[in-house]
Amino acid sequence: MIYFELLWSFFQIGLFSIGGGYAAMPLIQNQVVDVHPWLTMTQFSDIMTIAEMTPGPIAINSATFVGIQVAGIPGAIIATVGCILPSCVIVITLAYIYYRFRGLKMVQGVLAGLRPAVVAMIASAGITLVIMAFYGERTLPVDLSGINIISVMIFAAGFLVLRKWKVNPIYVMLGAGAAGVLLYSIV
Amino acid sequence: MKQNTFTKLFLSAFQLSACTFGGGFVIIPLMQKKFVDELHWIEEQEMMDLTAIAQSSPGAIAVNASILVGYHVAGMFGALITVLGTVLPPLIIISIISFFYTAFRDNVIVNMAMTGMLAGVAAVICDVVITMGKSIFQKKRVLPIIVLFASFVAVRFMKVNIILIILICAIIGAVDTLYLDRKRRPE
Repeated sequence: MIYFELLWSFFQIGLFSIGGGYAAMPLIQNQVVDVHPWLTMTQFSDIMTIAEMTPGPIAINSATFVGIQVAGIPGAIIATVGCILPSCVIVITLAYIYYRFRGLKMVQGVLAGLRPAVVAMIASAGITLVIMAFYGERTLPVDLSGINIISVMIFAAGFLVLRKWKVNPIYVMLGAGAAGVLLYSIV
Repeated sequence: MKQNTFTKLFLSAFQLSACTFGGGFVIIPLMQKKFVDELHWIEEQEMMDLTAIAQSSPGAIAVNASILVGYHVAGMFGALITVLGTVLPPLIIISIISFFYTAFRDNVIVNMAMTGMLAGVAAVICDVVITMGKSIFQKKRVLPIIVLFASFVAVRFMKVNIILIILICAIIGAVDTLYLDRKRRPE
């Protein structure tokens, strides 16, 4: 039955993609291109492009897309549910343990040890994003002169506004989108 | 009052998810702004702990983090509400796009707005990294600062598995707690 197959495939994707985001990509490819004949490789790279351009987690985006291709809107909903089910169970269990034992000195010590690592990981993801914004690629190119000046300007303006007036980031992003349309159409 | 909290929780999760481009970590800084700085529902330290849990659990980080925030604010039902709020925007957007995705992918205006928004997101992340980093440095302890830089090098340049970094940092945190405990109470 197709609904059950969708549920089970995306349940596995949800369960084994640890580290989020791009960690899920090879798993999704395996399930929807190799194991099941749901998407062609071209369709798969298309959905990855769309997933990067649209909001939301890649796994959810591809669950919706594959679900619709295979079994319409109900398929999209079932694939999405399968994808988040493992998260719901595991994360709520961990949250329960966290709030139950947070008072313990050892748990606090472990969490304190994790905090600098979390900052480091966000910093690294941030740098990747800055490179993406400035050069349109995930890694820094050899020739640094191909920098996107408009992106740099939008970035600098957004950063200044955030640091100085603590503006709501949603407005910064909407403003950045509008500035993008405006500036790129002038150039 | 209670109803108001649920509505706010749902709308916040929906809004954040709808504006999270690039997936993964991007939602963490946005949540930090919304739930810590704006609504004061979560403390900054706690947000970092929740981030560590979200990061070390399987599944999409955005989904995991929203489950944790919902659970923290309003228990199981809160978690259900935030998951719904997080999953709906990508579900709706991708459903619409999948019907005319080639046209969307090649649309000039859409591309301009997306490129602008990417620069905006990059600015938001940099802002949050600075704020979070400051709170680590303010402790004036050497170990967390070393852990911060070491994990940064590990994740950025050595491409070490994130799960491994989290495990090692957890052990460092535990050993550090034991050491501090012993130092405080000399026999």
